[in-house]
Amino acid sequence: MHNGDEHVQIPIGPQHPALKEPTSFTLTLQGEKILQMGVRLGYNHRGIEKACEGRTYVRALYLTERICGICSHSHATCFVQAVEEIAGLEVPKRALYIRVLISELERIHSHLLWLGVAGHEVGFDTLLMYTWRDREIVMDLLAALTGNRVNYSINTFGGVRRDITDAQKAEVLKGIDALEERTKYYIGVATEEVTLIKRLRNVGVLSHEDALRLGAVGPTGRASSIPRDVRKDDPYAAYGEIPFEVITSDCNDVYGRTLVRVGELMESYKIVRFVLKNLPDGPIAVKAPRKVQAGEALSRYEAPRGEDVHYVRANGTDKPERVKVRAPTLANVQAVSKMLEDRYLADMPIVVAAIDPCFSCTDRLISIADDRGGSGVLFWQQLREYSIHWYQHHGIDFTELNKTFRRGEDA
Amino acid sequence: MGSDLFYMLVFPGLAFLIVFSLLAEYVDRKLYARLQHRIGPPWFQPLADLIKLSAKEEIIPQQADTGIFKFVPLVALAAAATAFLYIPLWGRRAPYAFEGDLILVLYLLTIPTVTFFLGGWYSRSLYSMIGAARSVIQLFAYEIPLFLCILAPALLADTWSLSSMTQYYHQHPARMLLNVAGLGVCLVAMLGKLERVPFDIPEAETEIVAGSFTEYSGRLLAMFRLTLDVEMVVGATLIAAVFLPFGLDLPQRLGAAWGGAAGFGLYAAKVLAVVCVLSVLRTVMARLRLDQMINFCWQIAAPVALAQVVVDLVAKGLLK
Repeated sequence: MHNGDEHVQIPIGPQHPALKEPTSFTLTLQGEKILQMGVRLGYNHRGIEKACEGRTYVRALYLTERICGICSHSHATCFVQAVEEIAGLEVPKRALYIRVLISELERIHSHLLWLGVAGHEVGFDTLLMYTWRDREIVMDLLAALTGNRVNYSINTFGGVRRDITDAQKAEVLKGIDALEERTKYYIGVATEEVTLIKRLRNVGVLSHEDALRLGAVGPTGRASSIPRDVRKDDPYAAYGEIPFEVITSDCNDVYGRTLVRVGELMESYKIVRFVLKNLPDGPIAVKAPRKVQAGEALSRYEAPRGEDVHYVRANGTDKPERVKVRAPTLANVQAVSKMLEDRYLADMPIVVAAIDPCFSCTDRLISIADDRGGSGVLFWQQLREYSIHWYQHHGIDFTELNKTFRRGEDA
Repeated sequence: MGSDLFYMLVFPGLAFLIVFSLLAEYVDRKLYARLQHRIGPPWFQPLADLIKLSAKEEIIPQQADTGIFKFVPLVALAAAATAFLYIPLWGRRAPYAFEGDLILVLYLLTIPTVTFFLGGWYSRSLYSMIGAARSVIQLFAYEIPLFLCILAPALLADTWSLSSMTQYYHQHPARMLLNVAGLGVCLVAMLGKLERVPFDIPEAETEIVAGSFTEYSGRLLAMFRLTLDVEMVVGATLIAAVFLPFGLDLPQRLGAAWGGAAGFGLYAAKVLAVVCVLSVLRTVMARLRLDQMINFCWQIAAPVALAQVVVDLVAKGLLK
């Protein structure tokens, strides 16, 4: 199996310790080297887009919040923004600030989670245990602010559902101080621990040009020095008024993606502090109509994993006519094959983890319409008959020619 | 005859070794957990795991070579446990010491790795086969530095018997300090032998599930797990005997009653100290890639081990 040009195909997934969600990678290996990789999505398709069409807007919001377990606020906000744009709702400033606050806390919890997963993928379980313990701080803060550790349900059409008290502000600031201290420690670990750097440096390289060509988004793109961030480029909620920096790195590798994420953690702490200091007074929501006027909107949102896009079309009823979600993983997953070119089997888990994939958010169903009413699977003989039929239909007939050949063979 | 059986099966043979190995596993797991801010398992957890695993169903893959599949865990455990009989613990001599037992012990300690290869390869599962191949490739990387740095002190002591070596260093305690570099290399190589982070490449969970052990279950897996524990204790005992042979005259100095207990305590402390060092090493590092591991072993560990040989040869010439 390891000599010469003999190749082995090994399946990573749909069930595999490296993956937290069902997806399937088929690796063609020569020894330890990856020659080829095939990806198959679709094990966790839930039909949420279609389900939204059969529900009222409020119930669709409940559903979009459940597209992703980690960036639930991202999807909910993205959806709410699209609907608000169609309905022409003027959201109060205080509500926008609260949305930003929750979104940054969510980014903090997501990036800390990623750091732990990355540690686990390269066999550095200590990092996993440390970061996930510290992540509890921000999870507790989210629970205190919204009532839930995940699926915060803070959004509603026209604003948010819960206000923030001064006591809660103080609590958040205290938590953020503790987290900032810990994050500085992790930056130290990521930039100084020799074995960790060995596993991250020059692994999963995605050049600036390739990242642009393949449309990488979020930290994956920013680590290939693409300074793209919806929060800066197309400010939504209150981001236009909040000073922060877009973290980029020119490392182009997994190490760069780590640096970008820990850097973004530090920026998130800054944003949270700014929001709490400058939280405007006023109402937290305006009344939203039950039926939304006809129209369509595209909403963009910078989720922890990258740009999240929701498209909503309304037809004047209380139910959306069409909802379309493009989760950031879909934009990044194409880049994984590029990153794994000429790499080793051992790099595969960390390279896949480095785009911070969320497969169930990305999963979609492609149904091939079969006009012959078959099962969609053709055997060789059937395929041959189909092609003969197709050519005959287009005026080309090989039957006579075939007979001539057959005769030749018989003789 | 009766005392031979007692030596082999009870003390310091199999029964004691298994109990001590489970204790060492507990210390290792507990320390690993505490260093990671976890609570860690209770003291009986390794034993409970062993019993539970032994009671589980054994599933043997259809394509696997049943004979080899079932036989190798036994060989692995037997080899690791046999090696223990030739290493001096706290007395001056091991029960079956002879001139040349050093080579035998190193040889017996190589057998478990070979059985990991055979077990994995004949499981006929892709993950197992890749793990098996990795085991052997890794063996070639760490085995040379390990042998060199254990043979170097033997050169200075001018004997191929572990027991005589221990005695030699006991008589010249200062000369132990010459072998400090060897101790370092030996600890690192031991991580490779025990397939622990950063050298747990053959059983890297996130890549190849459990490597050679992927298809193993039930009693056979329990035996492999136990082998790794036993190997850890035997390896630590070997390190203690070669590099840390101090305090060996405690039994004589304190008399029969307290001497035995003190000698045993000192031995246990040495072994557990080595186990603790191994635990700390696996806490603070990430898993290396196979190519990085080989580079490390040949570019750093092997030259240091060679330097250790030179140091001991020069010392032998000068100190005659």
